Amino acid sequence: MRSPAVRMFHRLEGLFCVYKPAGVHWKLVRDTIETNLLKGVNDTPAPPLTHQVRFLPNPNNESKASGGLMLRPVSVPVLSKHPLVTGPEFQHLKVGVGHRLDTSSSGVLVMAVGNGNKILNNLYGIQTTRDYTLEGEFGMATHDFTHTSRVVERSTYDHITQEKMERVLAMLEGANQKALRTYSSVDMNSQEAYELAVKGLLGPDGKSVPILTGLRCIRFQPPHFTLEVQCLNETQKYLRKVVHEIGLELRSTAVCKGVRRTRDGFFTLQDALTRNHWSAADVLQAVQKYSSKKNKKKKSSSGTLTDKATLQTSEETLAVSQENKADTEETTTEVQCN
Amino acid sequence: MFSACAKLCLRCRGLLSPKNSTHLHCVHVQHGVTVGKPSRISNRFLSRGNHTAAQSRLNWKRQTSCCYDYTAKYLTTEAKESKHTDDVHRTDVPEYKPALVPTVAALPLPQSQISVEDLDADDRLSALEEISDEEAVGISIPPSIPPASVSLQDYVDQSETLTKLVQLGVSLWKLERRPNVGSMLLRLDFNRDVAPCLLFLKEIGVEDSRLGYIISHNPFILSENLENLQARVNYLTSRKFSSETVASMVSRAPYLLNFSVKRLDNRLGFFQQQLKLSASNTRNVVARLPRLLCGSLEPVKENLKVCEIECGFKQNEIQHIVIAVPKVLTASKRKLTQIFDFVHNTMKVPHHLITKFPQVLNSKFLRLRERHLFLEYLGKAQYDPDLPSYISLDRLVSLPDENFCTELAMATLEDFYLFQKTL
Repeated sequence: MRSPAVRMFHRLEGLFCVYKPAGVHWKLVRDTIETNLLKGVNDTPAPPLTHQVRFLPNPNNESKASGGLMLRPVSVPVLSKHPLVTGPEFQHLKVGVGHRLDTSSSGVLVMAVGNGNKILNNLYGIQTTRDYTLEGEFGMATHDFTHTSRVVERSTYDHITQEKMERVLAMLEGANQKALRTYSSVDMNSQEAYELAVKGLLGPDGKSVPILTGLRCIRFQPPHFTLEVQCLNETQKYLRKVVHEIGLELRSTAVCKGVRRTRDGFFTLQDALTRNHWSAADVLQAVQKYSSKKNKKKKSSSGTLTDKATLQTSEETLAVSQENKADTEETTTEVQCN
Repeated sequence: MFSACAKLCLRCRGLLSPKNSTHLHCVHVQHGVTVGKPSRISNRFLSRGNHTAAQSRLNWKRQTSCCYDYTAKYLTTEAKESKHTDDVHRTDVPEYKPALVPTVAALPLPQSQISVEDLDADDRLSALEEISDEEAVGISIPPSIPPASVSLQDYVDQSETLTKLVQLGVSLWKLERRPNVGSMLLRLDFNRDVAPCLLFLKEIGVEDSRLGYIISHNPFILSENLENLQARVNYLTSRKFSSETVASMVSRAPYLLNFSVKRLDNRLGFFQQQLKLSASNTRNVVARLPRLLCGSLEPVKENLKVCEIECGFKQNEIQHIVIAVPKVLTASKRKLTQIFDFVHNTMKVPHHLITKFPQVLNSKFLRLRERHLFLEYLGKAQYDPDLPSYISLDRLVSLPDENFCTELAMATLEDFYLFQKTL
């Protein structure tokens, strides 16, 4: 007989994503989620205590005088199974984190509970891209490319126009596409390479240098500008360095004021849970929503498992990146009419 | 499964003194195991998957005692006798002494043939066989408590002290983790040590429901001398704390009565002098945050320095803040400076307004930041009381999300959540 706590835990197993706030270490987020899930799982009603028959002496003293000890059978609860003695049923849960985020970055953070950690490992294996929004500011260059650290250089930025910006971004995109081709393990002159490129599956297998598969500028109001990137194998520090290098290419300097991940594989901003929704009930809902979406996709598509996964990835990334462009346009219009 | 159970029984036989009567007893046990519930043991073992290897080893030993439970009948006099002998000889690791030397004439089974004869012995001995009364009285049942254990679970059913503590609501599972606390609790006698202390706490006015909380956090109060406890309570009442205040202070700071009169005096004196508060104000502050008297004074001094130097508050402002929110004295310095920096430099709130609403220094930084940025985005971030549509700091941090959205921001909750995802 599984206890209600174990049944609740099995319902919680799976993947979900969380919106990590800026300035918080990702480990703190993971610990908070684990604490909240433990609270939810241990709050389920405990099973009733078993009883045991014991022979206890009679309370009155006459029995001793009458010779021999008078015992009576009493059914007492077995206290060694009492929750105050054994502790809560769950004292630790396996909560894993997908692609990590810096302390100063914010955005979608994929997490997994229990058995979901195995799926998380598989997600790492499949080459999913991630979508970021980078806030930049012209005029200064700092020690570690953020706007809060030691300033190394200051410069003017009046000469920068949108056209120059687009040219620099195109040059960067070209370099990245070249890197994409060199790091994919196929020979560029073969039919196989062409077929993969047609499907959009040309890319590095496993570890490689960070590659930006997509890059464009969504807002340009000097000194502030916003870039949208899709990338593989990246770190947030690399993205800040990209902003710094864009500044250098434009014969000026730039710092990155914010890195925000808007998508990680299948998980978008829409599915992300904000801080007020980090309780066990909300996580349960999110996990079940994700698993039902996955089941629907499995039923609708066909083909072998691995192909399906990669196909879905590329389809999803295309569909989601289009969705996301619409999203970011919405947010930019929101910001502009302020 | 049977072979594993047989091995279990052989091992537990090794623990006992090799007397023939106990061998008899073990055969009964074997019966119980094979005929009864072998699956229960495996379930119990699997359910303890979270424990360490050391604990799992001891769990095997605990299950051997569980075998005895099924067939043994508890004679409490015998159990008490064994407990007393254990009490006398007990050190940090409770020593195991087999209780009585058996006097019954047992079946003449030679020791060397134990392992083989076991299986055949089923035919000769039966649990339903009639034995004489003298034989029955003479059967010695060794106590089922293990000699050493990492958990109080093994002792709670046999120990009167532990049973009564569980009934009071003490979290034994938390206490057994602390070094030496488990052994200390086992050594206590309920009527001699625990009951007078609990009655004393009741006398000073602590409610029954809080007794469990106090002992869970401070089990050492049970080993304190009653005269010392009385002296400390007398000292507090002499400092003009009312008896209800003393009771509430003891309930909320369980370690309070473990400190000597000198130390309490020292602390009260410090707060009165450093903050230059009047006696009644000091009493008020200490009554609301009694753990000020329990902790060390260094962090408090550092916090006061932070307020004075880094934040730039004047003495009378610090006094006002401490009287309103005493928690500032024990707050983390990093969080304090982070919140102050945000409120003063980003929200541009002057010192005198922060002094007027000191709750803002006690609030969560992320919450404050999200709400301020939302109001700024909507153009409603106005904290100057002289200008129109003024938003007070205390309402900003204390209102729940829904009320904040409808009353202060004039927006929907969904918009607030969507905005949080753009930060």
